[in-house]
Amino acid sequence: MATADELRELIRTEGAAVATNTQAFNDGRYASVADLEDYEELKREARAIKEDAIERLPELLEQLTTAVEENGGTVYLADDAADANDYVRSVVADRNANRVVKSKSMTSEELEVNAALEGAGVDVVETDLGEWVLQVADEAPSHIVAPAIHKSRDAIAALFNERFDPDEPLETAEELTRFARETLGERIVDAEVGLTGANFIAAETGTMALVTSEGNARKSVAATDTQITVAGVEKVVPTVADLQSFVELIGRSGTGQDITSYVSLLTPPVETPVVDFEDDTTPISEFESDREFHLVLVDNGRTEMREDDHLRETLYCIRCSACSNSCANFQSVGGHAFGGETYSGGIATGWEAGIEGLDVAAEFNDLCTGCTRCVNACPVGIDIPWINTVVRDRINREKDAPADWLVDGLSPDEEDEGAPLQKRFFGNFETVAKLGSATAPVSNWLADTTVSRQFMARFLEIDPRRDLPAFERETLVDWFADRESTVADPERRAVLYPDLYTNHVQVDRGKAAVRVLEALGVDVVVPPVPSSGRAPLSQGMVATATDHAGRVTEALAPHIEDGRDIVVIEPSDYAMFQREYEKLLDGAAFAELAENSYEILEYVYGLLENGADASALAATEDGAVAYHSHCQQRTLGLEPYTVAVLEECGYDVATSDVECCGMAGSFGYKSEYYELSMDVGDRLREQFQTDGVREQPVVASGTSCLEQIDALLERQPRHPVELLIT
Amino acid sequence: MAATISTFASSLDDLGIPVTRTDASSLDERIDELVAQPAVGVSLSDTFDDPSLSLAQTTVEIDPTPASLREATTGVTGARLGIGEYGSLVLRMTDRGSELVSLFVDRHVAVVRESDIVSEMKTAVDALDDEIGRTRGSAIIATGPSATADMGALVRGAHGPRDVRVLVLEEGA
Ligand code: SF4
Repeated sequence: MATADELRELIRTEGAAVATNTQAFNDGRYASVADLEDYEELKREARAIKEDAIERLPELLEQLTTAVEENGGTVYLADDAADANDYVRSVVADRNANRVVKSKSMTSEELEVNAALEGAGVDVVETDLGEWVLQVADEAPSHIVAPAIHKSRDAIAALFNERFDPDEPLETAEELTRFARETLGERIVDAEVGLTGANFIAAETGTMALVTSEGNARKSVAATDTQITVAGVEKVVPTVADLQSFVELIGRSGTGQDITSYVSLLTPPVETPVVDFEDDTTPISEFESDREFHLVLVDNGRTEMREDDHLRETLYCIRCSACSNSCANFQSVGGHAFGGETYSGGIATGWEAGIEGLDVAAEFNDLCTGCTRCVNACPVGIDIPWINTVVRDRINREKDAPADWLVDGLSPDEEDEGAPLQKRFFGNFETVAKLGSATAPVSNWLADTTVSRQFMARFLEIDPRRDLPAFERETLVDWFADRESTVADPERRAVLYPDLYTNHVQVDRGKAAVRVLEALGVDVVVPPVPSSGRAPLSQGMVATATDHAGRVTEALAPHIEDGRDIVVIEPSDYAMFQREYEKLLDGAAFAELAENSYEILEYVYGLLENGADASALAATEDGAVAYHSHCQQRTLGLEPYTVAVLEECGYDVATSDVECCGMAGSFGYKSEYYELSMDVGDRLREQFQTDGVREQPVVASGTSCLEQIDALLERQPRHPVELLIT
Repeated sequence: MAATISTFASSLDDLGIPVTRTDASSLDERIDELVAQPAVGVSLSDTFDDPSLSLAQTTVEIDPTPASLREATTGVTGARLGIGEYGSLVLRMTDRGSELVSLFVDRHVAVVRESDIVSEMKTAVDALDDEIGRTRGSAIIATGPSATADMGALVRGAHGPRDVRVLVLEEGA
């Protein structure tokens, strides 16, 4: 796990370049997919093709082998990296090759094939410009698509000038590119073997798709007489026709290009003549095209992943990098922190857990906060946060249990003895909150004493720079218990779900919600209901979360049967009802709750649309407000409702468009992540400090967003529903 | 068809690629205008199966030696398809070295027949599925010039051409 010091150092040295580039890719993605009329349909299609291909993998691999052999190539199925490298080395040795030119391939990084070849005295040249920069610098990729994303132009210029000592020092991107093109061009025409990866391989014809922009893969194949392609077995799809959705999605999802410059559909061995580039007498067409082709299909843990119900989805990944670029934490630290041996970004947890093992995944898995911003971005609809949660759970269980005497009082959940102390503290926040309210205000004073802060810093690793939530003595449920409904002839009847924070900490927003609903003619009840299980789930405590899910549905089911809607204030809890419970509950229980629950402003919007009187809400003449929606709320497409209601009430709404505020539940409280959390938050702070927005009051939907904004801006943000009470 | 061609032209325009329309009778002349010397090429009959379409009457050196390919500034080839919504060209890979001629140069001049321009990627991929299924051949879907952002800014002309010109060959002339 990267320490706070390591993260700080990465933010300082690589953060700026990583942030600029990933954000440009991410903005490009939004713009590019907006042009696609059938974006969602294409994603569904892509997903379906992958699901089917992985399902039928053994059969497709057989078909592919037959096709490649018919075409005149050879297929080698490698069990692991060593097996693959042995084979590649033997092909290169048989060809008597001195030089191998390589195009970019994550699978070859996974194999570390360069080291294997260099060990045998072969000159291996990376021809992708980014990969070449890293080869020269002897550094590891920090991004799966743009490997040198962490290096600025200045840094590359300094590297080249020092290493190659050109007559004129190189400076501009054009000069650097030209220099690389010329240097590498010479090496390519001089090489015997071209080594590529493959983005997809069609089983029917043995045709591989290579998605590139520079043209180096084309050259590496065209200029050599031996083509070796290494690819994970998961790259196989049935036919060339199946490539269409991927061709349209991969560039858009990754770097935000509608399509990359070259999508090569190669059915090797290719027909291009093998020429001698020095020859000045023989016309090109008179050279033979006698090429060899070797397809090395790599298993390296994939068969086991395919059999693992939770890791299987990882194999659908087309390595587009959308989950990296859309990730607020990745935008700050890049793949050198948020990555394992080979892969980086959100999905890396799945890859590294499957290929390398849990210990490698454990190194960076906590950097996924479960914000879900990658979920809609993923072109094959992988539930990346879920994979991170499951792996976290497995890591918890593998680790030694913490000192029991310390934990028992905090976290009574027996099934999660494996989770480390800090995780159990945050995961069992319900217990903490109950105790906190029961003993408030004493609990709040106590929490702020030096002794407690030291205890928390030491054993729970809660950062001392964070303000702690202040518990209210009277919970929302207690406050409501003594009330009579104010609505005589209700339009609708609802349960306001007393989520943990609204019930114990942000009680005022709960009261505001009750009043707003009643003003719009809704009969409201606030019964005691267990917490949603979001807190334990975010710590990878899946069993505890499942237990919560069961108890929540049990408590709410009678109300739903009684005709009540379930209205939720805290977006992360609402997202549990809409998304995560699908994984934790049986289908019927999940569907009933999901169909009958609403986020508070979504519900208000619905009431207004259905004839409720907006004049019952507080209106403003010329009010302006800055609004930061919650990550999970955005993923569920709920932001527009809040904006619409605020506008209906007369507000001019400025919305943020950063992916996350950086707090992400308990993440920002943890000492090792405090500074990263603030670095991410800084982007939100900047947006809300621009001219015209600086003076506006701030509203935010999520509790942790509110805490973070309070720390960033000191503008005492509120929940939007609090603006609506008369 | 007219709509498809105008979409194709505007997609190419977005990519910064100039499009010229021509009929067969002035094709050679147009090609000579578009190439920067030294120019090499593969006969267009390589792509179009139409012996009347060659580059024989142009200043382009057909079927060059590898050495003159490396000296050349411009490479002229046919394109099998044009894709309207992306401005893409589908290039073939043939035993006469079309791939080399379109790739190892600074400027690629591609000739595409008007009737080979389809509007959607799906149509093109389906056509390639059919063709590759029969021939087990290869193709490149090329969109815009070769490019890289790896050196700190977007630069046109990484390993492949930095400059692409498209000639649309109109029908019936
Ligand atoms: S998980 Fe999805 S978003 Fe991430 S790289 Fe793979 S395909 Fe792209």
